[in-house]
Amino acid sequence: MKNAHRAYLAASLLLGILVLGFSTPGAQLSEPKLPESSESTAAELTPEQAFDLMMEVLTHKRCVNCHPSDDYPRQGEDSHIHNFGVQRGPDNHGVAALQCQTCHQTENNNHAGVPGAPEWSLAPRRMAWQGLTRVEIARSMLNPENNGGRTLEETVHHLTEHELVLWAWEPGVDANGTPREKPPVPKAEYIKAVKAWAAGGAPIPEE
Amino acid sequence: MTISFNINGQPTSLDVDGDTPLLWVVRDMLDLKGTKFGCGKAACGACTLHVDGKAVRSCSYAVKYAEGKNITTIEGLSSGDQLHPVQQAWMEEIVPQCGYCQPGFMMATAALLSEIPNPTDEDIDNNIVNVCRCATYYRMRKAIHRAAGLQSQTAKNQPS
Ligand code: FES
Ligand code: FES
Repeated sequence: MKNAHRAYLAASLLLGILVLGFSTPGAQLSEPKLPESSESTAAELTPEQAFDLMMEVLTHKRCVNCHPSDDYPRQGEDSHIHNFGVQRGPDNHGVAALQCQTCHQTENNNHAGVPGAPEWSLAPRRMAWQGLTRVEIARSMLNPENNGGRTLEETVHHLTEHELVLWAWEPGVDANGTPREKPPVPKAEYIKAVKAWAAGGAPIPEE
Repeated sequence: MTISFNINGQPTSLDVDGDTPLLWVVRDMLDLKGTKFGCGKAACGACTLHVDGKAVRSCSYAVKYAEGKNITTIEGLSSGDQLHPVQQAWMEEIVPQCGYCQPGFMMATAALLSEIPNPTDEDIDNNIVNVCRCATYYRMRKAIHRAAGLQSQTAKNQPS
């Protein structure tokens, strides 16, 4: 079970990213918040700055769309309920004959506009982020009750190495061929920020 | 690349670009025309077939994923002359109108019944989300319930 929880946590972070399936046309790629200068290193970030950067990503629709607080994945840049009434199902992979893998495989399908990545699924209910503040998300993420018993190190691994999470930066195109919006922080900067935050003791600011 | 899989119980090997949709391979290379193209976007379900017994929308499924798998199309749903309960029920309820969407619905239904042998109306609503432009949904719902009955009858008649 623990492993399964881990897989789901990882999946959940990147899942949010995943399930954006048929997003609305016209979405624009966001500009990164940080200069992409190579001088911006983890060592230069205070834990507070790192937290802000990390949360720019974790509150983005590429993550939150698959961390819903109910039983329906979201999709698109407007985070609408997944077309066809797709549901969470008993194991977060959909229902009997309508599973995530009925349509989503391990890679994006840019011909059909169907996103895909390994372990495509919905984040478990315990990992619901939709509607939470940044502080609430961080608390939930560090709470072993919610994160599948992960240590901080394991959480960092999930946040920075899980393929489903990192899919957010390679989200492919939607059914109209329009590129999906990426998180507002470049991947390398995000990874540095997560590590800097953890290295600084993973502080969560006061609300 | 060379891809090998079983199609309707027959081993097959093909030299094909791995990103080719399985639907293209089934229809154009294997000449099995029962599986239909509707949207090409995983949105309508006309192209539904089974991969290792699970419903998959083959228009959006790259053939490379089929390596080593068992693919079943509508042509392989029956066991020889013995119709699948879904096929039998579809005939008895005279479900199709133009018929174009029906193979996809039948394959989705067969996948549903293998997991939920006696689906409720709610199960049907949650699982069978294909699109029928002729709006045969009412008859399909009846046929799905009838297929469930036929399937359980068949199961009872099987020697244990
Ligand atoms: S043709 Fe595959 S879902 Fe419509
Ligand atoms: S019977 Fe005509 S589209 Fe379904």
